[in-house]
Amino acid sequence: MCTTCGCGTGQLYVDGKKIQREVSSDKPMHYRSYSSNETHHPMQEQKTIDFGASIAGTHAPGISQARMVKIEQDILSKNNQYANKNREYLSKHGIFALNLVSGPGSGKTTLLVNTINALHDRLSITVIEGDQQTDYDAARIRETGATAIQINTGKGCHLDAHMVGRAIQQIDLQTNSLLMIENVGNLVCPANFDLGEAHKVVILSVTEGEDKPLKYPDMFHAADLMLLNKCDLLPHLTFDVDLAIKYALQVNPNLTVIQISAADNTGMPAWLEWIEAGHILKTIKPA
Amino acid sequence: MSLAENVLQIIEQSAIEQKFTRIKTVWLEIGLLSCVEPEALRFHFDVVTRDSIAHHAQLEIIRIQGYGCCNHCAHEMPLASIYDSCPKCDNYDIRIIRGDEMRVKELEVK
Repeated sequence: MCTTCGCGTGQLYVDGKKIQREVSSDKPMHYRSYSSNETHHPMQEQKTIDFGASIAGTHAPGISQARMVKIEQDILSKNNQYANKNREYLSKHGIFALNLVSGPGSGKTTLLVNTINALHDRLSITVIEGDQQTDYDAARIRETGATAIQINTGKGCHLDAHMVGRAIQQIDLQTNSLLMIENVGNLVCPANFDLGEAHKVVILSVTEGEDKPLKYPDMFHAADLMLLNKCDLLPHLTFDVDLAIKYALQVNPNLTVIQISAADNTGMPAWLEWIEAGHILKTIKPA
Repeated sequence: MSLAENVLQIIEQSAIEQKFTRIKTVWLEIGLLSCVEPEALRFHFDVVTRDSIAHHAQLEIIRIQGYGCCNHCAHEMPLASIYDSCPKCDNYDIRIIRGDEMRVKELEVK
């Protein structure tokens, strides 16, 4: 049927003879050469130029055989499907998952090591480490006795839900445990990729600029908690803590902020409390 | 890069479902508040679609203006960034209504 007006494509007859529809309009036209002395008998060839035979099925001249296909699909829909699967699995097993995001060098791994050391008596902790190359970070985590699995993204600048799903399959996660996912050091792309975590935790260190939340707003918008790390260095720096927090709250008024130092353990109790409160909420959910 | 790969995956999936073999044009809707840089996406799109069904396809990016609603006074306003404040009550707690889209809208196929 023609998609322009709805007319059908019945059997075509020319001079009472059935004409087979063979030629589609997509094929190049062949012209007779002027030098040909043969008498031309077009009907003997029994070929028809059918402008309606192609995929658009339109008979009207001037309308392209190309057709429009509605998609209306989120570019990240595939990732979000994987993330939902991860979230379902984690929530079914009462696992509290955190996605730690920051620029490179903000002290994520040191913070993780100290967090594990402080909590490992009370909680079973597993770590998924994301880096472009090397398994140095996973090795540092394993030294604490916690289970760690390293994902090397190669050229990839972030972890995605599929990678994390594969990692979860490979490790034996305990029910009611804590899963820390250390994302690739990057303040841009990881903001967009839901991994199925309960919360994104953004780490900003005071050796960076206080205007980072405005420069990289998406990450601070996506996070639920901001850890302002390396606060032990504040006496040596010109970093304006109040301004940094003001900027962060401007991007995300619902952001919780904890000032912390992984080096001298300032602020660690508040951070550990936050983890344990979230973990309890996860575990009392009906399994 | 991975966004461009995701776009190609969606196109290829659609090609299987809708039985087409060539793509002339791809329309994307990219909100001004999403963190996608259209020129970078264009470049990566050309790279990942090489030798694919979408080789030489034209990429049309439709930009969508940001629009938000204040969670305090319910005022609706155009948003230039995700950290704009409400012009009425000066609050920063603004819910994004549109402008954060990253969608494959439609395709022109052959």
